[in-house]
Order: sequence, then structure tokens, then C-alpha cells
Amino acid sequence: MANFSTNEFRSGLKVMLDGDPCSIIDNEFVKPGKGQAFNRVKLRNLKSGRVWERTFKSGESLEGADVMEYDMEYLYNDGEFWHFMMTDGSFEQHAADEKAVADAVKWLKEQDVYVVTLYNGAPLSVTAPNFVELEVIETDPGLKGDTAQGGSKPAKFSTGAVVNVPLFVNVGEKLRIDTRTGEYVSRAKSE
Amino acid sequence: MSWQPSATLDAIRVRADVYHQIRAFFYERGVLEVETPALGSSTATDPLLKSLQVDLEVSPEQSPVLYLQTSPEFPMKRLLASGSGSIYQICKTFRSGEVGGRHNPEFTMLEWYRAGMDLWALMDEVVALIQRVLDDGRSVESLSYADAFARYLEIDPFCCDLESLNALCVSRCGWSGQALARDDALDLLISTVIEPHLGNNCMTLLHSYPASQASLAQVMTDDKGRLVAQRCELYLDGLEIANAYEELLDESEQRQRFLADNEKRDEIGSFDIPLDERLLQAMASGLPDCSGVALGLDRLLMIKLGAKDISEVIAFPFHIS
Repeated sequence: MANFSTNEFRSGLKVMLDGDPCSIIDNEFVKPGKGQAFNRVKLRNLKSGRVWERTFKSGESLEGADVMEYDMEYLYNDGEFWHFMMTDGSFEQHAADEKAVADAVKWLKEQDVYVVTLYNGAPLSVTAPNFVELEVIETDPGLKGDTAQGGSKPAKFSTGAVVNVPLFVNVGEKLRIDTRTGEYVSRAKSE
Repeated sequence: MSWQPSATLDAIRVRADVYHQIRAFFYERGVLEVETPALGSSTATDPLLKSLQVDLEVSPEQSPVLYLQTSPEFPMKRLLASGSGSIYQICKTFRSGEVGGRHNPEFTMLEWYRAGMDLWALMDEVVALIQRVLDDGRSVESLSYADAFARYLEIDPFCCDLESLNALCVSRCGWSGQALARDDALDLLISTVIEPHLGNNCMTLLHSYPASQASLAQVMTDDKGRLVAQRCELYLDGLEIANAYEELLDESEQRQRFLADNEKRDEIGSFDIPLDERLLQAMASGLPDCSGVALGLDRLLMIKLGAKDISEVIAFPFHIS
């Protein structure tokens, strides 16, 4: 992969640091008057998720990381891997392990599209879209007319996720959930 | 693609007002406004300054490569040696590779030289000018390079061993590369740890730099027997605004410094800068005792307008020029 010098560092650029693929968050150019210039860089380690702050001499370079994001359709889970397929017409399949799927596992619904990040061609992480529509498979019965403000109950979804929902919700209903907060938004729009 | 300026029209008007104030200030004090070339056959030799090179189609006697100035210092000193007396200039200066929230490769410098004034008399004038422009009642504090390191890092920058300096670069500045040379380590420490504390709601005059960082300033021995540069920097709200020197007058010492810079340039794989023989001849002819200061006008405007990024005060920074 090509090398990138500090003056090419932009937010979102993927580089290798200490053997891990990282995404640049911020790059601050620092130079005291007539002295050596440095770049103070914030990076997110794409393997561990941790944020690193590192300083480089201006003009130093880092190796680019082979990290690409693709839209992929979720196919199935074989007990060890979660299988996805590219949506670009290539039918190319990729198998993501538990570490790559991580928290996204509770939002995976067959045939829905997710963003899969590939590192050196292998799935590094899976990101659910901001909103998903999931079916309730288990919850206490909803009382008709119980639409009063406040009051919620846990509901289990087809994916295994458990989310607090309003009391009027019944088993079998499709709901819109915000994957970033894990919260109920509304009844599914497509219903 | 955006064609509009990144600075507001209000910022553009404030710049015009400030230039008016500056000109009135110098007119009152009898300092002459001059104009010197932005293109020169020589340029700063500092290994860490990158000048932009220009190819000019000229006669064979003339060097085909010219440099855009990083500062108008050299021709202004030639004027001083010709008997101009105190002079000032507002001009564009250029530094390759300096881009960031506080750096544009092309920026505006206010540079002036006071014949017959020592460094501290000049700093009084710098303070007076800034007070006129900002009019915010800031107080002034003076701090030596050594005291700044003692206060914020609890070390003596003149005696501290290189290994300890590097350890601090790792622990305080996120440095993880190869061991830094002494001045590079000091630069990283000062810009990361110390500068954010300087000039907070006041003006901080940081003076008495190590002799190795003297550039074109006089060097003297202080009362602790240390070799220090007659150099002073002014900070406002953590931002470096101005760099002042009691100017080196001796031609042969200046020549030695230029040659030493070129040697360092060779060491780091950079190209040599042809010595400015006309400047050296002017110095041999005789520069008056003088002190000079280079002040970043864009940065002063940032302070005046409370701007967080230099693009807020420059109509068209280089990426939208």
C-alpha cells in the first residue's frame, strides 16, 4: 500500500500504526516559530476501537492500511461465522467472525444490508444502519388503549436484541429501532 | 466547489481597519514604510524553513532559480545599511509545508527594524502597537525560556540531558519515534506543553532563547553564564504572534551561521541555499545597531476577532485560492 505523509493526513484516512489498521480522526500542525514542525494526530485503532494520540515530525509518513467499507447483504449464520454478500452484483461472499460482528449481532436480519469493513480483504467489523425494523417475538401482552405516556416493558426481537418498548406493543409487531442508542423509535414505517 | 471567501466581510473590514491603525502608529513615530522584493536570489538558510522556488526565464548571468521570501529581513537590512533609518513593511511571506489551523503557506507579515533601539525598547513598541490594535486592556508579563521550562516542566532546558528531554517528549507529547535532537525535543516540548499557557488574557514576552536557536540575533552570556540569544517572542492566548531580535551586526559571524546552516541542510538531505552575498556586503559595510521584529498579522487578527482558525481571517486560504 502507498505511504501517506503527515501533510496528507485527513480525517477518515486509513493508515497502519504499530501493526494495526487505524483511521485518522484529527491532525494538528504544530510549529514553534523557527523550529521543527510536528503533527499531533488522533487515530482510532480499528481493531481495538481505542483512540490513540501520537506525534510525528512533519513530513514523516505512515503506510496506508488496506481498509475498505462495502455494503453487504446479511445471509445467514452457521454457528461460527456470519455470512455476507456484496450488493454490487459480484455475489462475492465474506465470512465475519464473532469479533468482527461484535455488537452488530443483535441487529442482524437476513437480507438486510450492512456496512462491512474489510481489512486486507477480511471482515474487520460490521456496522448496522442507523435504523432497523425488527419483529417482536417475545413480550408481555399489550393492553388495547394503553397509550398513556410513560411506562415501558422489555421486548425481545427476532435477532436476539432486547429493547424497552411502549406498553401497547404486541408480539408479532414490527418496530423501528435506533441501533446507535438501542432505543425504540416508532412502529415500522413499512407496515 | 465554493467560490466564496472563508473569511466574513466583517473580518475583511477589520483587517482594513487594523492596517490603517498600523500605518498611523508608524507615521506618528516617524518609521518609514518600505517595499522590498518578494522574489530573491537567496533566502533563509534555516534547515527547518522551506522556501518556495520559482523558475524565472532570465539572462544567463542571473540565477534561474529565485525564492519567494520567508521574511523581508535580508533586503530590509540592506536598506538599513544604506542609511534608511527605522523602517517597516507589511507584505506577504511564503513557507512551504506549513498548513494548519494557524498556518497558511502564504501569510501576511508586519516586519520592522528600529535603528538605535535595543531589544527591550523594541518590545515596548511591539506591546504598544498590540495594545492599540486589540484595545482589550491586557497586562504584560515577561518570562525567560529557562523560567518557562522550570514553571511548566520543572526542568532546566540548558542543562537537562537529552535522554530526559526525550523521555518527556514521550510522556507529555505523544512522541513515539526515534530519539530527537536537542533543539527538536525542546521545540516539541515548548509547543505542546508550554505555549498553551502563554499569553492567556495577557501578553507574554518569552525571552533569552538558547544560543543554538539564535538565528540572526546577537548572542550574549547571561548572569548565569549561559549562552543565550537576544531573542524575544510574544504570545497572545497561546498563539505565537511576533519574533524579535537584537540584530547580529557582524558580517563574518553571519557568514559562519549561514555556512553552518547549509551543513545541517546537507546532513538532513536538503539542498544548500546560495549565501546572500549582497546582504553580507551590506553588513560588512556596516549595519546600524538595531533591533527587528516579525509579527504575523493574520494571527493578530485571529486574536482580535476571536477566531479559532486562520481561514476565518484570510479571504482565500491556499486551498480555495
